[in-house]
Amino acid sequence: MGPVEAFLRGMAVTGRQFIATITGRGLVTTPYPKVMREKPQRFHGRHVLNRYEDGMEKCIGCELCAGACPARCIYVRGADNPADDPVSPGERYGFVYEINMLRCIFCGLCVEACPTEAITHTQLFEMSTTNRADAIFTKDELLVDGDGQPNHMFETDRFADLAELAKADGWMRATAPQGRASYEGLVAWSGSAGVGVRPPERGQSGLPDEDEEASEGADG
Amino acid sequence: MDWIDVGLVALRVVVIFGLLQVVTILLIWFERKVVADMQNRIGPDRAGPWGILQTVADGLKLFFKEQVTPRKVEFGLYLAAPMLAAVPAFLMFMVVPFGRPVRINLGGEDRLIPIQGADLNVGLLYVLAMSSVAVYAVVLAGWSSGSKYPLLGGVRATAQAISYEAAMGLSLVPVVLFTGSLRLSEIVASQSGSLTFFGQVLSLPAWNVFVLAPSFLIFFIAAVAETNRAPFDLVEAEQEIVGGFHTEYSGLRFALFFLAEYINIFTMSGLAVTLFLGGWSGPTWDGTLPLVVSAVLPTVWFLLKVTVFLFMYVWLRATLPRLRYDQLMTLGWKRLIPASLVWLFFIGGAMAVRQFGLPWG
Ligand code: SF4
Ligand code: SF4
Repeated sequence: MGPVEAFLRGMAVTGRQFIATITGRGLVTTPYPKVMREKPQRFHGRHVLNRYEDGMEKCIGCELCAGACPARCIYVRGADNPADDPVSPGERYGFVYEINMLRCIFCGLCVEACPTEAITHTQLFEMSTTNRADAIFTKDELLVDGDGQPNHMFETDRFADLAELAKADGWMRATAPQGRASYEGLVAWSGSAGVGVRPPERGQSGLPDEDEEASEGADG
Repeated sequence: MDWIDVGLVALRVVVIFGLLQVVTILLIWFERKVVADMQNRIGPDRAGPWGILQTVADGLKLFFKEQVTPRKVEFGLYLAAPMLAAVPAFLMFMVVPFGRPVRINLGGEDRLIPIQGADLNVGLLYVLAMSSVAVYAVVLAGWSSGSKYPLLGGVRATAQAISYEAAMGLSLVPVVLFTGSLRLSEIVASQSGSLTFFGQVLSLPAWNVFVLAPSFLIFFIAAVAETNRAPFDLVEAEQEIVGGFHTEYSGLRFALFFLAEYINIFTMSGLAVTLFLGGWSGPTWDGTLPLVVSAVLPTVWFLLKVTVFLFMYVWLRATLPRLRYDQLMTLGWKRLIPASLVWLFFIGGAMAVRQFGLPWG
């Protein structure tokens, strides 16, 4: 390919894309924040601490999330449940719970580590702050209220999309707890306040049922 | 020459000064928008309708920025360089006719007012001279900044400008030979009417581009190189020498360089239109349309033709990667200059034959 031909072909590429964009077909960006893109189901956004349907907190203060966190940005202190007014169904509950969002790398290991599905990601990522102290999310901000409504630090902010914060357990529903595809579609999670038991998703594999059984048989 | 003439000249200068700034504002927006379209993006869309005021906002921002002066600069030249870039840019456009001369009765006298800054009899030479002066701005900015990246940018500018100015000058000689004038208004006038080819009247306008296509091509390539635009933007080369000659400039001084660059693009496009595409000539339907419309139409034609070139500039920028330095030099010295010399020879021969007949005939 000579230089002139290469030049013409290059110009043709940009010319084609120009036509495609001005006729409205080629555009790939959106005028954010006027138009916000639909995010993937398992988006790793801001965390929330969930509650059971009866309003009990799911977190049992076990600190497994803090131990799993590679960025060491979770700080948990557990405390014994008061016998007369228990906060969580377990023996203990998360007394102090803080995540430093400046250090968090949104890897999701805390979500995987949690035995009670207490901490989950949401789809909200707009959480810039004007000082460092604000970037440390405390339990007040992370915990959903009794109706399962998430908190937002800046309620009046135009980016405070509570609907995105409410999409809290995409990861949980799309993958089986053990990570095996054969568990896909089986409900293996507890219900949450406000939303109840969320239905399972046909996740990554989308295997038909026979295949699932066959693979289980092979495993056994 | 009375006070009315003086006033008219002053008026034209002020109008062109304003026009060029408006053009710059629109051109920067146009470029960003078109490049965005070519990259499937939206581009500026917040300030004003379709983001058209984006450049105004950016300009205002530059106004209020601190003009940082590094410690090692050679202050006088450092200060003069941006002005040396902007002033020739404005001056260069002064000779480009961008409308048909209008005849108005003023002060009891019929006056023919050219729609251009000044109708110099050496217009083309003047343009070349001004474009050479503009190179000094880049070189001096690079040298006086007292830092290595600007210096590299300045050195590159020297070599590039010399190589491509030669090609550009040579590509213009056939135009001068063909039209027999250095005066831009006469060059435009010579391109009116229809093309005659060996006595045959073709249904094409008599634009120089149909006769002097190789000159046109060489001129356009050299013009892109002269204005330091992609793919010849080695002088700026953000990725290699972090902006080159303007690395150490900020605020309004930086804005002046920017202004100059875009005015130069506009002027070069205007020149290409004037020299090869018939300038402001085009159908005006005199008599059938109101007088004002007929007077304004040539300017509209001119601007439309210029827009085609501006689009080409942007298209090239969105498409081509920057040339390597040796490729730049090869293209300049081994391709463009020999090509223009051969072409010049050919055109010269053809002109001689037309004038004196074949030597054996
Ligand atoms: S997402 Fe990863 S980095 Fe962030 S808190 Fe959880 S474990 Fe730590
Ligand atoms: S969020 Fe989960 S892992 Fe972390 S302390 Fe609470 S129960 Fe344990």
